[in-house]
Amino acid sequence: MRVLGIESSCDETGVALYDSERGLLSHALFSQVAMHADYGGVVPELASRDHVRKLLPLCEEVLSRAELDLSSVDAIAYTAGPGLIGALMVGGSFAHALAFALDVPVLGVHHMEGHLLAPMLEPQPPEFPFVALLVSGGHTQLVKVDGIGRYTLLGESVDDAAGEAFDKAAKMLELGYPGGPQVAALAEQGVPGRFVFPRPMTDRPGLAFSFSGLKTFTLNTVNAAKADGSWSDQTRADIALAFETAVVETLAIKCRRALQETGCRRLVVAGGVSANRHLRKVLSEQMGKVQGEVFYARPEFCTDNGAMIAYAGCQRLQAGQRDGDRIWAVPRWPMAELPPLDALCEDGLREPSN
Amino acid sequence: MKLLALDTTAEGCSVALNLDGQIIEQFENAPRMHTRRIMPMIRELLRQSALKPADLDALAFGRGPGSFTGLRIAAGIVQGLAYGLGKPVLPVSSLAATALVAREQNPGPVAVAFDARMAEVYWGTFRVEEGRVQPLEEERVCPPDRLSLPTIGGDERWLGAGAGWLLCDEMPKSVCDAVTERLLEAIPTAGAIALLAQQAWLEGAAIDAAQAQPVYLRDEVAWQKMPGR
Repeated sequence: MRVLGIESSCDETGVALYDSERGLLSHALFSQVAMHADYGGVVPELASRDHVRKLLPLCEEVLSRAELDLSSVDAIAYTAGPGLIGALMVGGSFAHALAFALDVPVLGVHHMEGHLLAPMLEPQPPEFPFVALLVSGGHTQLVKVDGIGRYTLLGESVDDAAGEAFDKAAKMLELGYPGGPQVAALAEQGVPGRFVFPRPMTDRPGLAFSFSGLKTFTLNTVNAAKADGSWSDQTRADIALAFETAVVETLAIKCRRALQETGCRRLVVAGGVSANRHLRKVLSEQMGKVQGEVFYARPEFCTDNGAMIAYAGCQRLQAGQRDGDRIWAVPRWPMAELPPLDALCEDGLREPSN
Repeated sequence: MKLLALDTTAEGCSVALNLDGQIIEQFENAPRMHTRRIMPMIRELLRQSALKPADLDALAFGRGPGSFTGLRIAAGIVQGLAYGLGKPVLPVSSLAATALVAREQNPGPVAVAFDARMAEVYWGTFRVEEGRVQPLEEERVCPPDRLSLPTIGGDERWLGAGAGWLLCDEMPKSVCDAVTERLLEAIPTAGAIALLAQQAWLEGAAIDAAQAQPVYLRDEVAWQKMPGR
């Protein structure tokens, strides 16, 4: 089955063509990051306007790179949520109409399931079961994964997502948007140990995260440095490093705990923050010590992309799951509510038929 | 020719077929329900006329102004259909479609006003004659007190159309005085869009699917940029 995947849930328009026999055939992405950087964050209306401009040209690009035409598309998958509702509606409307015109099935898939399954596109994909750390600008979750659609939420952030904390720290450190890569780059110049930040919620049992206290700690540190005259490029780098280290180690501690509690030996790390090199290094070392394995998507598939949507959609479409005529756009959608692969879904994944 | 038109620019959701000038239309009042209703309505209309999607020659849509989300649903649907079928698109102004709805049996000049929120109106002036809608000025968005009417023949009477006329207390007195007859309930319909699209088709105005874009009119919303950008 050859599936065209469409992603438009936030500030990136992604399209890809995935073939169940031959793997990923091609993919294309248009990132709006530069546009939103002028505003210090995503402006939903501008994001929606850009999706409606870019979606169709990206489809043409993907097909032309694969040297195929529309008649070779067997099904269409699009991101139905979670995400910005206006942005989701653009991809959903386009996907449904295109599927109707081509007389092929269409399915609205879950954005975070896409991220979760993105490492399946790599040469050595993880086997089930595994523990997944989903870590992005909108999510910080630990999930036990027994198969597609068989998810148990182990813990999540009670306030800010890790990526969101990076964005906010970036602003305090006078860096641009998105903050993650910029804080990480600045942290490389930092001196370890000059500042020590807390590791929130690691001194008690459980798998919940909290990053808002770290944000406040960062702000206080920045303000103190400005007040005592020690604010400099080096201080900024030192704070960036202390902040990044605190986030990375907090995530690593919770991952270790989640693996212990579930008895899993495989860890999958997905979402935008999973591209962070410091995080990858710490997790790889940690998993090496316990003879476990850690899996990531390639860096370009850590952030939003069409390939993960095409892949996730393909698994479910092959199992016969599909939308009815309703275009789904679901801003909030807990991943644990997703139906398993053997559920009968003829009107989308939100409302299984049985 | 066989043309499918749709409109989701306002609270209504409508689809229409123009089959060599004969209009078959379905309209539902569906606020916030466009994503649920639009595909079933398209499917049903084609079924009733025993048409397959591939039988269509072109697609038309209400390109705005109107609800930003609604405009993008219509544009997304039409792009998907046109791209999938390899057929061209005819974008139609929702203000012009409203002018036709208001003046269908009664030719003359029309001033169409939609409430654009944020204390502004979307505004367009047209002359409707023999089922044709001729724009008199460029469409715009502005506060009601900045509206004006173009000059027309002395014995002609303006007709006001659209819910924007609810704001007539805030319009200049000269505008209100010139427009004594008003059809506040006039809204764009897919049927009117299908008629206007047929004319545009005959005039060679069809475009490629990727060019089928909304016209928001409001492009300068006060999104706060970072200092120095």
